[in-house]
Amino acid sequence: MKTKSNIERLLEKGVFVVTSECGPPRGADPEAVRKKGNLLKGVVDAVNVTDNQTSVVRMSSLSSCLILKEMGFDPILQMVCRDRNRIALQSDILGAAALGINNILCLSGDHQKFGDHPRAKNVFDIDSIQLIHTVKTLRDEGRLLGGDEIKGRPALFIGAAENPFADPFEIRALRLGKKVKAGCDFIQTQCIYNMERFSRWMQMVRDRGLHEKCAILAGVTPLKSAGMARYMKTSVPGMDVPDSLIDRLKGVPKEKQAEEGIKICVEMIQQLKEIPGVRGVHIMAIEWEEKVAEIAQAAGLLPRPQL
Amino acid sequence: MIVGNRKPLEEILEMIRPYRKILLLGCRECVTVCAVGGEREVAVLASELKLVRAKQDQEIEIKEFALERQCDHEYIDQIKPFAGDYEAIVSMACGAGVQYVAENFPKMMVLPAVNTTFLGVTLEQGVWSERCQGCGDCVLHLTAGVCPVARCAKSLFNGPCGGSSNGKCEVDKDTNCAWQLIIDRLKELGQLERYEEIIPPKDWSTARDGGPRVRIREDLRL
Repeated sequence: MKTKSNIERLLEKGVFVVTSECGPPRGADPEAVRKKGNLLKGVVDAVNVTDNQTSVVRMSSLSSCLILKEMGFDPILQMVCRDRNRIALQSDILGAAALGINNILCLSGDHQKFGDHPRAKNVFDIDSIQLIHTVKTLRDEGRLLGGDEIKGRPALFIGAAENPFADPFEIRALRLGKKVKAGCDFIQTQCIYNMERFSRWMQMVRDRGLHEKCAILAGVTPLKSAGMARYMKTSVPGMDVPDSLIDRLKGVPKEKQAEEGIKICVEMIQQLKEIPGVRGVHIMAIEWEEKVAEIAQAAGLLPRPQL
Repeated sequence: MIVGNRKPLEEILEMIRPYRKILLLGCRECVTVCAVGGEREVAVLASELKLVRAKQDQEIEIKEFALERQCDHEYIDQIKPFAGDYEAIVSMACGAGVQYVAENFPKMMVLPAVNTTFLGVTLEQGVWSERCQGCGDCVLHLTAGVCPVARCAKSLFNGPCGGSSNGKCEVDKDTNCAWQLIIDRLKELGQLERYEEIIPPKDWSTARDGGPRVRIREDLRL
């Protein structure tokens, strides 16, 4: 064990892990975080806390992580390269570890064009792969990017995201290989709707033996309606929603579509569990956190092992 | 070359509102090639300004002039005999030209008529595209001749990000994903294995981040 991370511990035991996501509020009210946290109690092994996702200003990921930690969760601190340079990133990594955060997810970050401050200057001093390596160097070698030694190494379980559905497809497994080489311990994937393409990606991942060096958690997001499915397909970059799924949702009455979306999500989790190399599932029910427990229950993922 | 866009007419009109006699100064270098601040553009802007000002009963006298370059003082010297006859200089050069003219005329207002945008190439007649940000430490040998600093919206050194779709960047569907271009070229060159090498964090001290840059060639100094 490199860290005190709950998911590291469970993955080492061979448990199929469950993670979910909590988006901090647009405001300073800690109750908003606790409310979302309460919906995930006893349902997940760790919870991601997003870092100004979609470039919209929200309560900081680290603060929200701390609120969730106080509630008994093992939070995963998401950290993007968009807003901070290597000085600030390393400082926050050390600070997070000092506060007892055990997991970090290293991301490039959405471009600010999509957020509420499109006129902002972006940073991107380093990229997600370089950030992974930075955390690993701090943790395993006790050295800063600048070369100096630190006292007190941050014991963080290092994660990253990968999108098997972005282009070019042929390098998506190679890119995961770079993340593994940089020091990534686990991966959470972009939401999976196209099971055929995901299976092909997993085959490429297994061919390279990457699944043995890094735990792959498959991302799923329940669809609320045929409209949402269509929106994801056409308007969200790097999202692959097959027409057959949209048709299936369209095939049921509007008021039943959400229920059907949950059903699809549960079926997908069951299929994902059977894919060799998939070590867990990351359920991203965006602003629909109340459904995570229901999905986990129906997919036979409950109860979760004690923290 | 340096590429720019002319500022909107209203913005230029607002800048010159207090003046009745201006020197409108073009440049025969980059801004001529990208058709924003050469002799022709000076003539067009002068007539537009005169027309509006006449309508407003605020007639303006405009001296049109184009220098070989605004970034060399030996050319700027050419306007020294008469620049003082005007209340302000409106420069149609890039930001470097505007500043260098200003440095040479400490007692005169020197105003920009162009928004300098990038170092780029002519893709076709009337279309220019960014290629370089002058970071001071070229990496094109590592990235198959496609610059991730200038051409990736996130300047990723180990891209592409998850927003690359059908060869296009998530930021703009008409912009090519730089990393798709890099990968395509690596394949073309039979060097795709180079993609697997992790490029370490960049040294930005040679870029703007290190402060304003000066280049000195002692052997060329007089």
